[in-house]
Amino acid sequence: MGFMNLFKHFLGKDWGVHPADHKRPASDVPTRKLPIPPRLHLMLSQHVGAPSRPIVLVGEKVRKGQLIAAAQGNISAPLHASTSGTISAIGEITAPHASGLPGMAISIDSDGEDAWIETEVITDPFSLSPEDIAKRVAAAGVVGLGGATFPSSVKLNLGRRSKIDTLIMNGSECEPYLSCDDRLMRDRAADIVTGIRLMLISTGAGEAKVGIEDNKPEAIAAMREAAARFDNVTIFPVPARYPMGSDRQLIVELTGREVPSDARAADVGVIVHNVGTAYAVQQAVCLGRPLLSRVMTLNGGVAATPGNYEVPLGTLISDLVAFTGGTTGEVAKLVMGGPMMGTILPHMRVPVIKGTSGILLLDANEAAGGEVEDCIRCGSCVKACPMGLLPLEMSARIRNDEMDAAADLGLADCIACGCCAYVCPSHIPLVQYFYHAKGDLYARERNKLRTEATKKMALQRQERLDREQREKVEAAAKRKAERAAAAAAAAAAEAAKQGESA
Amino acid sequence: MSTSSLTAPPIASPHAHGGNSVTLTMFRVQLALLPATLFGFWLFGWPSVFLFLLTVLSCLGFEALSLKLMGRQRFKGTLFDGSAMLTGWLLAMTLPPWAPWWVAVLGGFIAIVIGKQVFGGVGQNVFNPAMVARVALLISFPVPLTQWVFPLPLTSLAAPDFIDGLRIFLTSLPLPDAMASASLLGFSKTEMSRGIDLLHSLAGAQAPALSWLGTRAGSFGESASLLILGGGLYLLARGVITWHTPLAVLAGLAIPAAIGHAVDPGHYLSVSAHLLSGAAMLGAFFIATDYVTSPNTGAGQIVFGLGVGLLTWVIRTWGAYPEGMAFAVLLMNAMTPVIDRFVKPRILGRDRKGKPLSIPEKKGA
Repeated sequence: MGFMNLFKHFLGKDWGVHPADHKRPASDVPTRKLPIPPRLHLMLSQHVGAPSRPIVLVGEKVRKGQLIAAAQGNISAPLHASTSGTISAIGEITAPHASGLPGMAISIDSDGEDAWIETEVITDPFSLSPEDIAKRVAAAGVVGLGGATFPSSVKLNLGRRSKIDTLIMNGSECEPYLSCDDRLMRDRAADIVTGIRLMLISTGAGEAKVGIEDNKPEAIAAMREAAARFDNVTIFPVPARYPMGSDRQLIVELTGREVPSDARAADVGVIVHNVGTAYAVQQAVCLGRPLLSRVMTLNGGVAATPGNYEVPLGTLISDLVAFTGGTTGEVAKLVMGGPMMGTILPHMRVPVIKGTSGILLLDANEAAGGEVEDCIRCGSCVKACPMGLLPLEMSARIRNDEMDAAADLGLADCIACGCCAYVCPSHIPLVQYFYHAKGDLYARERNKLRTEATKKMALQRQERLDREQREKVEAAAKRKAERAAAAAAAAAAEAAKQGESA
Repeated sequence: MSTSSLTAPPIASPHAHGGNSVTLTMFRVQLALLPATLFGFWLFGWPSVFLFLLTVLSCLGFEALSLKLMGRQRFKGTLFDGSAMLTGWLLAMTLPPWAPWWVAVLGGFIAIVIGKQVFGGVGQNVFNPAMVARVALLISFPVPLTQWVFPLPLTSLAAPDFIDGLRIFLTSLPLPDAMASASLLGFSKTEMSRGIDLLHSLAGAQAPALSWLGTRAGSFGESASLLILGGGLYLLARGVITWHTPLAVLAGLAIPAAIGHAVDPGHYLSVSAHLLSGAAMLGAFFIATDYVTSPNTGAGQIVFGLGVGLLTWVIRTWGAYPEGMAFAVLLMNAMTPVIDRFVKPRILGRDRKGKPLSIPEKKGA
């Protein structure tokens, strides 16, 4: 901790927490490649937005890199076969989610050959137009690999449209246990920098700032060396602190700009991408390779061989664990992602998706929750909150079912980073409270909209009935008038006739 | 609304914990109090040991009774989380060292039952339980609560032995004149009321010395100001408390004291007399920093602390009681919800009023 940080710490201005990082020894071992498992399950929903739509049939033979499901809608990403083989099923499998509910997936039985489709290698990728770069990124199914899985091409296009000046590359990887970005930066720095330069062209930003936490000196050195020749790519060591990898926090750290609560990063002229995404962009644009695998961390107390692995998408976690030597004890908690924001998985028959940054096999000690006690108003959560919220006040409101009061305190600004629950001496599951309240408010909002829609429809129906009634009356009156007129005319004619005859 | 997701075992992130716990926090506070407490035992002998033990025990007893009567689910965990014990400990430290047994029992009852449990137990009380008890006792029984003794270190010949100590503790006989003394704050107040200004009274032969080491008359655990300061610094280093409250309390007390003393040294005690006497240090580091009853933002704690310090000085200087810390803390406790309402941290991306920041104009846009 540098002098300024010590000073900030003393002033009580250092948001966030300093969790024990547990990154070693996994981060010290070079990335290993996982063999192709016999069967892969590619979830149709591996990204934010509409799930992709299968374009293959069961029994069809596919080659590695072949498109098997197309993007659907504006925010979506296509899916490619991560190895060659036969489509064995298109159906439901347990989704990588705590609920254990199923999701749709395409299953491929590997033929063991791992035979590629023909890919289009581009000799001078830097001559491509910004639109073409984004197009190639879109076609490769690249999404944000930091965990948010937002389709990258959408963000690249958005950047160009909203005139951003700075591209921020997130290499801070603040979650404990995870080191896949660290390892990627150490091992493939040149490719990452190429990806960053392509992203600069595509977004139209003038410069790229790469934020790397200062607890990764090797990654900083490797990236500095790779970026040395390029003036518009700068490496910035940032303090190791959780959640430095959160975009709002990283933007403040690197540019001093604050994203307004109701705005997006692009509104203050920046856009944030993960360094892993930059690597995928380089692979997609230069080599024409779709996103078929990702580097991810296997770690935790009972992982037999902790380390970073390049894993084909769709690999079952059980296969990953088996390939790496199994477990050294009972897995008390199976987590996908980091311990601070990751998801518990119900079992290991869940496939790896594009956003899987790590799998943690936590032992009983690491998973121990501690007994929930009453809040003693110690304010630890207030000090830890990187957003400047009052978690203890919000949770007190939520406990009393005063959701609107919690919303007034800024519930919507909560980024669910978990700092508050991490420091809480009473072990109160604060993040769970906030998820619950957000869900409740969302449901309420939807109910309100539905009620309003129903009301509106009822009103319209009444109006329609009124109008029909009115029209009926008018029509009747008109007919009556017509009849009267006809009768009058007839009478007049009669009279005239009589007059004539008289 | 279904509350099932609030009562079900937590499945949401984070899946790691910093390791802090209520018990650990309370233990650290007690560890910080230990040097001053042991020094108090040595200084005031067996009666102070009995007083301390009975106060802590009665607090635990009344806590257990309250939890049982209210049918609380988590009985053992709450009873032994250290909070009731800490309340008793702090209360004992503010009592005259030779106070009789019933003061300890009554104090425990007021602190736990009236000060804490009627508000709903740990984390719910508005006022600091130890201070509620201390003030209630002081107002109800002014005589036994202001009977100070000269320090009679355990090693000295005049110190009462175990049996004598027990007798003093249980019979509540008034103190023999030879042993009784006044605290510095009490002494100066009495002399002032007799029309003798500080320059004369403090220079007089009977003036209780302002001892840096605490070897002077005073409450059992308050005298050793420097040991308490040391304990407070340990809490700061451990991160149990932050600098905001203690510094603000000491500043709130020292600044008006310095001004007053500079203007008229005959009527206003010096800064060091204020900071090292009575409950100044204990109050600044251990009582005003009470989590439950003080604001939970740094800025709020500064407001709170300054209020405590200033009120202490005002009460010591013009009030009817020589010592003002307990009153000041209780008065500011009442202000805590108001301070918490008005002093809030700024949410990232919003202005102080909670409105989203405006989107900056872009160059060339």
